[in-house]
Amino acid sequence: MNSYEATAGRLDVMSPPSDRLKIDHTRHIKERLIEAILFLAAFVSVFTTTAIVYILIRESWVFFQHVPLVDFLFDTQWTPLFEDAHYGIMVLLSGTITSSMVAVLVAIPLGTVIAVYLSEFAPFSVREIAKPFLELLGGIPTIIYGYFALLFLTPLLQNVFPGLPGFNLLSAGIVMGIMIIPYVASLSEDAMRAVPMALREGSYATGATRLQTALRVVIPSAISGIASAYILGISRAVGETMILAVAGGMQPNLTFNPAEPGATITSFIVQVALGDLPHGSIGYQTIFAAGLTLMLLTLVFNLIGFYMRKKYREVY
Amino acid sequence: MNPITEHNSRETLSPLKAEAKKLNFYYGNFQALKNINMPIYEKKVTSLIGPSGCGKSTYLRCFNRMHDLYPGNRYEGAIEFHPDRTDLLSKKVDPIEVRMRISMVFQKPNPFPKSIYENVAYGLRVRGESARSVIDDKVEAALRSAALWGEVKDRLKELGANLSGGQQQRLCIARALATDPELLLFDEPTSALDPIATASIEELITELKERVTILIVTHNMQQAARISDFTAYMYIGEMVEFGVTDQIFIKPKRKETEDYITGRFG
Repeated sequence: MNSYEATAGRLDVMSPPSDRLKIDHTRHIKERLIEAILFLAAFVSVFTTTAIVYILIRESWVFFQHVPLVDFLFDTQWTPLFEDAHYGIMVLLSGTITSSMVAVLVAIPLGTVIAVYLSEFAPFSVREIAKPFLELLGGIPTIIYGYFALLFLTPLLQNVFPGLPGFNLLSAGIVMGIMIIPYVASLSEDAMRAVPMALREGSYATGATRLQTALRVVIPSAISGIASAYILGISRAVGETMILAVAGGMQPNLTFNPAEPGATITSFIVQVALGDLPHGSIGYQTIFAAGLTLMLLTLVFNLIGFYMRKKYREVY
Repeated sequence: MNPITEHNSRETLSPLKAEAKKLNFYYGNFQALKNINMPIYEKKVTSLIGPSGCGKSTYLRCFNRMHDLYPGNRYEGAIEFHPDRTDLLSKKVDPIEVRMRISMVFQKPNPFPKSIYENVAYGLRVRGESARSVIDDKVEAALRSAALWGEVKDRLKELGANLSGGQQQRLCIARALATDPELLLFDEPTSALDPIATASIEELITELKERVTILIVTHNMQQAARISDFTAYMYIGEMVEFGVTDQIFIKPKRKETEDYITGRFG
């Protein structure tokens, strides 16, 4: 009988772990500590988000004790600070939607064309210079964009459309579009460049031109990234405050005509936050209801973005 | 001795499809191909073998001007294409037109993120073909030629990426065939496939040479021996030996070729 057969299957003959194989308790504690630190870091963002949502809902709840939800959604006037108060969020929402539409109409076509150019056509040297400039555009403080719209673009547009008021959603929207071009272009370009070279070569090898390759292979392959870039751009436009507060005029105006002045949800919040309204007054509570609406709006866009990413997942 | 007449005396007289003449190629300052002279015979399979980095893929990609896509690449010499006898590398020749007559299948299957049907139709659409009936017919013919029709005819609308690796590679072959190319380039088409898928691709290549000239880069010497009529052995950018496959594998003329083939080197 050899030594294996003598002990086969017997658990009782084994010795306890040697010093080398023993669990190292200091290592174990260090690992747990690092894990805890990482968890805390991740927890901060989750906690902040939850806290913001909680406060928005709690304060809005107070607001909706005084104002029926039906009035909030369907009233066509927004005069929360007047004697005869009306709380029709539609008025602010129309300003937000109108200005964002203008911005999106500027940013998506331009941003996409820039992305296609930089990713598929530009020589290396051009891209290396152009991209930092583009990203610089995203680093300009929005207050500067606001005055650019008010003092430069509006007078320029007034030469073309003499009836255009000094405050209007059009020039604010256009400048907002310029502001979000870098987000749209830069993220779309990243998505396009991530498309494997093998797919491009496959396209060129069938005799496709650069443009055909870009439009028929690269863009469809990168569509989920491009869609996310668009959604992010739209969210930025919806949440943009300063440009609209400066150049959009702040009078609540139920209109979808960009040539008129108007208040948006964000510019209203700025207006109220700057004034000295007593804490707890109904006028003060409106900003939470408006803020909640804004958050729900961006949430919807994020959900659309999430859905699009899932539907058009990259399959290369 | 004129290599062309010599080979033709061995094989049944086959006309030339293309011929590399004093071909040099440079990646920037690095010379990747050195003075290559080589015939490609019509409706034959020609294999390029050699160790990694010997320039066989670089050589293959000269034929459809793939190197034009990247800056700093430079050709010297010529690849004469028959029957027109034009130089494919000439600056006056449009690479897009070249690629319309010379298709390519890559190392890893690279189906587009489109349906099976649209993958095959791609080359036709790129050429501006839009008649549904024409495209339908050509897609079916190409999928049949690629021995894929039976497996996919009921799921043409599905994504190409849903197919198995071997099917994807046959889909890419169908895509390359849909435009009726005269020369088909294969860049190690089976290196990412399992043995069964490899066997089906090899069988397919043997069938395809009835109608199209084939130039194939392979790492696998058995594969070259199995499927090709002619074989060229390359080493560090040079064409060491070119000949009828049997001769290259049974009694190579050059010592270097023999060393590589018998596994003493490489």
